[in-house]
Order: sequence, then structure tokens, then C-alpha cells
Amino acid sequence: MARTDLALTAHLMRRAGFGASRAELERLAEKDYAEIVEDLLHPERFPDVPDDILRRYTDGEGIEVWSGRWLFRMINGQRPLQEKVAFFWHHVFATAWYKGEHTRSMFQHIDMLRRVGMFDIRTILVELSKNPAMIHWLDNSENHKDEPNENYGRELLELFSMGVGNYTEDDIKQAARAFTGWTFTQPIPLYPYGHFTPEFLYNDDDHDHSVKTFLGETGRFNGEDIVDIIVKQPAAARFICRHLYNFFVADEPQVPAWETVPPQDPEAIKALEDAYFESDGDIRAVLRVLFNSAFFKNARQMRVKSPVELVASTVKLAGTHRFPDTSLTSLAAASAVMGQHLLNPPTVEGWHTGKEWIDGGTLNDRVNFAVDHMADLDNPGVQEMIARLRTNGDTVPPDEFVDRVLDLSGPIDAGAETRDGLMEYAESGGELAFGTPEEEAESTARVGRMLQLVVASREFQFA
Amino acid sequence: MKGNGKPPVLVVVQLSGGNDFMNTLVPYTNPVYYDSRTKVVIRPDEVLPLDDTLGFHPSCGPLKEMYDAGDVAIVQGIGYPNSSRSHFRAMDIWHTCEPIAVGTEGWLGRAIRELDPGKENVLTGVNFGKGLPRAMAAPGVPVSSVGDLDNYGLMTGIGEDAQRMQALDIFKRMYGPAVGSGPVMEYLAQTGSDVLKGADALKTAPAKYSSDVEYADNAIAQSLRDVARVHLADLGTRIFYTAQGGYDTHSNEMPTHPGLLSDLSGAISDFFADLRAHDASDNVTMLVFTEFGRRMKDNGSGTDHGSGGGAFVIGDKVDGGLYAEYPSLHPNDWENGEDLKHTIDFRGVYGTLLEQWLGVEAAPIVGGDFEQLSPFAA
Repeated sequence: MARTDLALTAHLMRRAGFGASRAELERLAEKDYAEIVEDLLHPERFPDVPDDILRRYTDGEGIEVWSGRWLFRMINGQRPLQEKVAFFWHHVFATAWYKGEHTRSMFQHIDMLRRVGMFDIRTILVELSKNPAMIHWLDNSENHKDEPNENYGRELLELFSMGVGNYTEDDIKQAARAFTGWTFTQPIPLYPYGHFTPEFLYNDDDHDHSVKTFLGETGRFNGEDIVDIIVKQPAAARFICRHLYNFFVADEPQVPAWETVPPQDPEAIKALEDAYFESDGDIRAVLRVLFNSAFFKNARQMRVKSPVELVASTVKLAGTHRFPDTSLTSLAAASAVMGQHLLNPPTVEGWHTGKEWIDGGTLNDRVNFAVDHMADLDNPGVQEMIARLRTNGDTVPPDEFVDRVLDLSGPIDAGAETRDGLMEYAESGGELAFGTPEEEAESTARVGRMLQLVVASREFQFA
Repeated sequence: MKGNGKPPVLVVVQLSGGNDFMNTLVPYTNPVYYDSRTKVVIRPDEVLPLDDTLGFHPSCGPLKEMYDAGDVAIVQGIGYPNSSRSHFRAMDIWHTCEPIAVGTEGWLGRAIRELDPGKENVLTGVNFGKGLPRAMAAPGVPVSSVGDLDNYGLMTGIGEDAQRMQALDIFKRMYGPAVGSGPVMEYLAQTGSDVLKGADALKTAPAKYSSDVEYADNAIAQSLRDVARVHLADLGTRIFYTAQGGYDTHSNEMPTHPGLLSDLSGAISDFFADLRAHDASDNVTMLVFTEFGRRMKDNGSGTDHGSGGGAFVIGDKVDGGLYAEYPSLHPNDWENGEDLKHTIDFRGVYGTLLEQWLGVEAAPIVGGDFEQLSPFAA
């Protein structure tokens, strides 16, 4: 017996994960909502996707192969929030493959985000600062005692923790000096070093040990001290909480606008900031408040799916790719065509999200991908839906046909235009019938086509 | 209005990966070239000489013929200060004209906004290929992006015509104006309707087209054939975009580069021959560019990312010849180790095309005033 509303469960799983099949939703809804959230917040309660099996069926070292493996984890893993949080930080700490073309270190980077993504923000930022892919990406390996390179110091403050307007140019210089000597063992880039995994290396001889003044505090600061000072700033709490809201609750304007555009729901941000300070910046604690809040529960269909989310939710609905194979690379490629090349954000500013995912070309690609993915009537997701539609008897009238497909594919809350369009289709063929083999074949085909229309709808573009 | 009385059209061809310009326009009498390039090199007796210092790669025969006919302006040494060696970043800079800050508006997107301020034609800008290039993207500017012209449009995977027509009809209804449903829903409705409109117009192009020109069976030739088909259908497109990939020749350059250049020159030559046969070439100019050139020295098998590339401006109205300076090969002039130093800023070349060809003010689009060329015949 369901103890949690199915539509609410589906909303939670679209945000805290990458969607869920109907069977998964029904199983989850047997628990109280707060218990479902607690399970999501504790991925260690569930088995991980076995890496050796994933590698056995998806051979190679290319970026599309690694991206395909990550997509498999998103779609089939039993730790959806762990993957979603790693994906969240991948948007914020945008580090890309193209600079070093070194896939191993990129995946090591994502593994780190997966491992510490729900820890306290101090641990996350220290791990980030020690991550070889990040060090290479923002040139901290070129940040020397005698020749500081400000790239990492600047982006740490501007893009990873506080946002512009909350520190001075001098703070950037001091932060950069504190991170001198933070480098990595070779090898990056790929040419000529090949596929090996680099490790963090602290070179004390190359560290600037002198006194620094950063955000009003003075001392012989090293990198960890800088992070300690950052994470207690109200600006850091606000910045991180706005990011969490933007990613998990509802689309906000692009990050550079945050300096001037206030949050759309200041009370929600305040609640998240309070949780941040009460827990010393524990991301798990902040997410607990977020997912249990009314503002989250009410924010249905208020985020445009990123291409990765669009691909994953389509695959979930079709029931394909339940086992790893080499075709996973085609999913990664489809997402790239729609504008999200996993492991390869365009710049350190990350992807432009929300409405900016959509243009004429990408909408065409999104619709066609989803429609094509629903074409095979033998797909488990289509077959399972037909089985459920038949449970109410041998015939299904048009209005029930529309309602139930919308319900079983989300539930999706469809606007008048979408509902009218789907009704036009349902009525054009009369009621669904399953009495004879011929009727069954015809009705199966019609359910498949109805599903194609549903995934072509505007509502399906939203998470 | 140019030549045949129709508005000017710009076709942009992007060579993705960083074309080795030194092995495309070879300084075949320069000893520094032969000292630097020992394995990945074009010998003096192989080049198609333009003059006594420069010659085309032997695979550029058709392009050389067009050059001899006076239709090709070669822009030597095109680039920008502190050239990025990253493909994506470099391409981004070429697309947005923002070498320092990170830009999101493409230069052609801005140009389309000027050419069609009322957003009257969703086909004012058309891209052929997978994914809309950032060059064409600008907020509020509708553009069309076509993967496969013969199967372009929504729900092309639905094989049966009657079913697809019904599905498109319902799509149109589902993407109805939706007034009051919020800005994002309304934007989606607008975008969906634009895609439908664009597809409706574009699908007429293949049927209208007939030609004696037989394009080769390779990607760039087929893309330029698509450009020709849409151009000849008179749908009002002012800016076309397409790309040829594969120029990132870190290894095996000697066997792969000739094929790329041969496909490219053949495709360009066929494209203009096709347009001429239809009396539709007068108002078309083509820009061919790449994100960077490659290093002076080869690495034994290929060449690594460098700077100082080259571009081509091609068309009936072009006054063919050599423009800007060939980058100095002298080691004292190398940048960043062994990169060629650019001699003209790409934004000046864009400006040339915007102002002297499309008739659009360049400075707001390319972000300032840059030295222009005079490649168009008076």
C-alpha cells in the first residue's frame, strides 16, 4: 500500500535521481517520504554498480566510452542521488576533458565528486583543490612560489565558492599564493604520456610560506586555511545554496547574473543557508532540508531537463539499456548533440542551463531522440505500460487512454494544448481493444505512438 | 544587391581540428620549412605553385584552378593575439569573437539578428551538421539546424507518411501559443513552431533541385550539395554554415591530410560549378576557416596544435589573390615556442564580410574595429 503520493515520489526521483520506472516508483512509495529521502541521502545502504562488469561490456578508454559508463550508472545504479550530486558538482566545478584530452584523470575527477559530493563543503573544496584534473585545468601546476598563477585562486572564489563581488583582486592573489606547490605527479596531458592516472603532489619547496592576508584574516596560510576561511563566509553559504536550489528545485537565471538578480524564493534560500550554518556546511544536511521542504515538493516541472537528464529519462521510460553494452556510447553522443557533452563542459563557467538548453536545432534533436527511442514496441517499458493499461478490462476509452499514458509516463501534468493534442490522437482511433490478437496488435501500436507523442510534448522537456 | 539582383549570401565552412596551413599553402622555397618539417612535408616538386615561393598542396587541384580563375582570396596568417591551443576554446573564440571573456552569442547569430530583425524567416540562417555551432546561436534569434536535408524535420523516424503527418499535426497543436503558461513554456511553443515552419519550407528544396553536377560521396561534398539545394530553392537564406571534421592531425598526417584537402577542394569546386549552372553564384561568397594552424616542427607522424592558420574567401565577386602576409617562418618570430605569428586578426576578416558583403555594421558584431581587407572586385 502506498504511503507516499506517487506523483510526489516521481518528482523526487526526477530531481534526486534521473527518473524511475513505474515499478520502482511503486516500490519506493511504500515508504514514508522522509524515509525515501533518507535512503537517497545514504547511498552506502545500497550496492554500487560493479565497475569490473561495466568495463567488461564497454571496452575502451575514449571519452564517449567513459561517458556511456557514467550514463549507465545514472540510469541503472541503485544510488541515484550519489550520481546526481556528482553530476551537480560537475556543473559547478566545470572541468573539461579537452584541455588535456586525458580521460582517466577526468574520470578520477568524477569519482572524487561521487565519493565526497555529500560531505561537508570544506572537505569537498579541499579535495577539489587536490584533484589532478582540476589542477591541470586551471593551471595550478604552473602556480609557483616565485611565479604565482592566479587562475585557480580566482575561479575558486568566483565560480566554485562565493561569486563575484564578495572579495577583492588582492584576495585572489593571496589565495593563489596559498595554493603554490599544489601540483600533481605527471602525466597529463595524454600526448605523450598515455592513459595513466596522476596523483596529487604537495611540493613544500615550491610553496610560498610567507604571511598572507585573506578576507581580513592574516597568517602563514596554506590552501586548507584559505578553504577554512571561505566556507564560513555568508557569501559562500548563499552561493552554494543558490546553486543547490537552481539544480534541484527550479531554474534560476545564469550564475553571472546572481550578483544583481536576487533569488526567486528568498525564504527557501534562507532555509538552506540556515541548514548550512547549523551543520558546518554539510551538503547532506542541506539536501535533507531541501528535499523535505514544501518549496521543493511544490516545484513540479520547473526545471528544463539537461540533455543528459532528457536522455536518461527517455531511456528509463523505454526500459532500454538495463544491461551494459557498447551502445551506451550512442547515448553519450546523443546528449552531446543536444548540447551537453558529458565530461566536457564548454568552459570553466559550465553549461548554460534552463531555457538555454533549447534552440530550434536542439529541440529538434531532443524530440527526435525521444520519439525514435519509443519506436520499438518490444521495449520493456512499452510492454510494461501495455500490460498495465489492460488491467482495467479489454477496452480503454480515449479519455482514459490519454489520462493513463500521461499517468504511467510520469505522472506528467499536461497543459491544455498537450492534452487536446493527445485526445485528438486517442479519438482518431476509437477505444483501445485487446479482445482478439488483431485488436491487441493494433492497440499495442497505438500505445507506442501515444508514447511517442508524450515524449515529444513540451512537458516532457521538464524535470 | 549584388550581381543577379538577389541579396548577398554568405556560406561559412569550418575545418574542424586545426588545418595544417603550412602544408596547405606550402612555402616550398623556404629552407626553414624543410628544416622544421622532416617527415610531414610537401616536397618542392610536388606543390602546385602559385608563385615562386608558395604552392598549393598537390591535393588542392580544383581549388588551384579556381585560384587561377581569380575567384579565391587566400588570407594568409589569420589569427588573434595569445592564440588558444585548445580546440574548443579556440573554436569558441572564433565563434563568439571573445578572446578573453567567455561569450555566448555567436557572430553569425548577431548578423542574422541584423539581417532579419523582425524574425520573419526561420531560414535566414541555416546550419548543416550535427548540433548548432555557437557562431549561429544568439538569444531570440531563430535559426535552423539540419542534420540530413532529405529527412529533416521532427519525427522523421516515423516511417509511414500518414502516421508522421498525423503526429506532426498533433505536435503543432501541442506546441500551440500557450499564452499565460509562463515564459519558458511560451518560448518552447515558439521554438517548436519555428522548427515546424522551417521544416515545411526546407522539405520543398530536394524536389525542386536538379543538377548535372555530381558531387562526390563524402561528407563535405554532400553538405555543400545541401547548401546548394537550399540556396537554389530560394527560401531567403542569407547565412549557411557547415563543417568538415578530421583536421586534428597529431599522427598519420601524411596519409590523412591529402584526403581531407582533396574532398574539400573538390566539394568547393563542384558547389560553385553547380551554382553557376543555375545562374545563382553571383550573390554567394564563401569563407573557409579553421580554429588554428599547427606547429612549425612536425612530431614525426603529425603536427601538434599551433597558431597562425589560413582562411579562404571564395566567390564570383572576389578579387582573387594573396591577402595579408604569410607568417614569418624565421625562428626569431616564432611565438610560444614554435608557433607562427598571425598577421591579420580574424575579426577584421569577419568585418570585411559583414560590411563589404552583407552590408551590416561590423563593430558591434565582432567587438571593435579591426583592419579589414579589400577582397571584393570594385
